[in-house]
Amino acid sequence: MRRLLLLIPFVATLVVPFYNRAEPALLGFPFFYWYLFVWLFLLPPLIWLVHRGRRA
Amino acid sequence: MSGAAANTIVHWTAWTVFAFFFALVTVLGFVAARWKKADLDHLHEWGLGGRRFGTVITWFLLGGDMYTAYTMVAVPALVFAVGAYGFFAMPYTIVAFPIFFLLMPRLWNVCRRHEYVTLADFAQGRYGSHWLALAVALTGVLATMPYIALQLVGMQVVFAAMGFGALANGAEIALIVAFVVLALYTYTSGLRAPAMIAFVKDAMVYVFVIAAVIVIPAQLGGYGAVFAAASHAFAAKGGATGILLQPGQGMAFASLALGSAMALLLYPHTSTGVLAASSPDTLRRNAMLLPAYSVALGLIALMGYMAIAAHVDAKGTAVVPALILKSFPEWFAGFCFAAIALGALVPAAIMSIGAANLVTRNIWRPYVNRNMTAKQESTVAKVTSLVVKFGALLFVVFLPLEFAINLQLLGGIWMLQVFPAIVFGLYTPWFRANALLAGWAVGMTLGTALSWMQGVKPTYPVPCVGTVYIGMIALVANVLVAAMFTAVSDLLGRARKGDATAAGDYADARGAAG
Repeated sequence: MRRLLLLIPFVATLVVPFYNRAEPALLGFPFFYWYLFVWLFLLPPLIWLVHRGRRA
Repeated sequence: MSGAAANTIVHWTAWTVFAFFFALVTVLGFVAARWKKADLDHLHEWGLGGRRFGTVITWFLLGGDMYTAYTMVAVPALVFAVGAYGFFAMPYTIVAFPIFFLLMPRLWNVCRRHEYVTLADFAQGRYGSHWLALAVALTGVLATMPYIALQLVGMQVVFAAMGFGALANGAEIALIVAFVVLALYTYTSGLRAPAMIAFVKDAMVYVFVIAAVIVIPAQLGGYGAVFAAASHAFAAKGGATGILLQPGQGMAFASLALGSAMALLLYPHTSTGVLAASSPDTLRRNAMLLPAYSVALGLIALMGYMAIAAHVDAKGTAVVPALILKSFPEWFAGFCFAAIALGALVPAAIMSIGAANLVTRNIWRPYVNRNMTAKQESTVAKVTSLVVKFGALLFVVFLPLEFAINLQLLGGIWMLQVFPAIVFGLYTPWFRANALLAGWAVGMTLGTALSWMQGVKPTYPVPCVGTVYIGMIALVANVLVAAMFTAVSDLLGRARKGDATAAGDYADARGAAG
C-alpha cells in the first residue's frame, strides 16, 4: 500500500504544532516558512514513488 | 493619503508595456480557434478542447486556472494584514495534490467513457437523478459567478495602479474593453483560447515572481530584515496577528487549508481543465508538476511582508500593485501588471466555460430542450459564457466589492457540499441520490447560516474543538445526513435508481499509455 505514503503531507502540514516556530531559521526565513517550502519540493518525488508503484 | 497622489498620474510607460502584452494575447485568443483544428460546434470541442491536451498544455492550463489573479493580490493582502494565518494558502496547495493524484484520474476515466462534460453529468449517470445533477450544477454556477467577478477585481486594481482612476471612469472603461475582448475570443475559440494564453501568462508570472523575490528583498536588506520588520509591525498592531500562528489559530488554519483544497478540486473551472486532459497519466504527471505553481504562490504571499518592510502606503488588494510600483522601474511594473491582468483573463475564461457547460448540459438539456442537436448545444454554451461574464461585469461595476468577496467566500463553503456526491461516488455506489440531496441541502443551509451568524466569516468557534472552517462543519453534517438517509432507505428496502456506470469504468483503459 504505497498510497499510504500520500497521508504524510497531510499530517506534516496540517498538524500545525509541528512547525509553528521561528527556530531554526534558514537564510532569514523562520522555520514555519522554509518548512512549508521544503514540503513543496518533497511532494513531487513522493507522488512519483506512489505513481511508479501503481505500474509495478 | 499619499497613495491618492500617486494615482492622479497615468503611468504611460507601464501602460504601453501592458497594452503590448494585452494585444498579443488577444491575437492568440482568436488564433486559438484553429489550433488542434476541429468542429467547434460540438460541446466537447468548444468546452473541453476535444480532450486532447497533453502534459505540458494541461500544466499551463491548470496552473493558469487554479492560481488566479485574485489569489495573487488577495493572499499577499491577507498576509500583509494578519501575517502567518494568510499562509494557509501553502498547506492548502500542498495537500491539494495528493487528493488530485488519487481522484482526478478516476474522474477522468469515467467521464471519458460516458462522454460526461461536467461533474453534474457524472452525478446524473452515477445516481440516475436529474435533481441531484441539478443541485451539483447550481452549486457550481453559484460558486463560480462571484469568483469570476473577483478576477475582474484583480484587473481593476491593476488599472487603478496604472493611474487610470485619474481619467473619468478610466478604470471602468478599461475593464469593460478588456472584458468584451475576452468574451469575444472565448465565444469563438472556447477552451482553446485560455489554454493558449496560459502559456504567455504563466511565463510572465514566473518572470515577475523571480524578479520580485530577488530584487525586492535585496532593496530591503534581505529576508531576515523583511521578517523582522513584519514581526515588529504585528507586535505594534496587536490582536491575532504575527509572523507565527497565534494560540487558537492552528485549527482554523488547518481546516481552512484542507477544506479549500477539497473544494478547489470540485470547482467547475478545475474539472473543466481536468476533463480536457488527454489521458489519466497526463493528470498524474500534473499532480507532480503543479506544485511548482504553489512555490510561486508562496513567494507571492511573502510580498505581503515585503510591503510591510517597504512601508507601502496602501490597503487590501492595492498592496501588491503599490509594492510593484515602488520597487521596479516603470516598464517592468507594466510587465508585472500585465502578468496579473492576464492572470485574471485565463481563469475568467475557463470559469465562464465551466459554468456554461453546466448550464447547457444539466439545466438547459433536461429542463428546456431535451432534443438539442450538437450545434444547438454548443450555441447555448457559447451564449451562456457571454451571459455569465457580463453578469460578473455588472456585479463589479455596480455593486460594492464587499459583496463579491463575501459571495466568493460562501462559494467555497457551498462547493464543498457536493464533495460526498462526487468524491464518494467515485469510489462507491452505496449512497443514494435522495440521501445525497438531503445532505447537500443540510450542508448548504447550515454553512450559509453559520457564516451569516459570524458576519460572513469563514470560521466558527465550535465548543471543545476550536475555531473551524465552516465549510468543514457543514460537510460533516452533510455526510452524516446522507449516510443516515441511505441506511434508513436500505432498511426500508426502497428501490434504487439506476447506475449507468460500471466498476471498471473508473480504472485506466487497458493498453492506454502508461
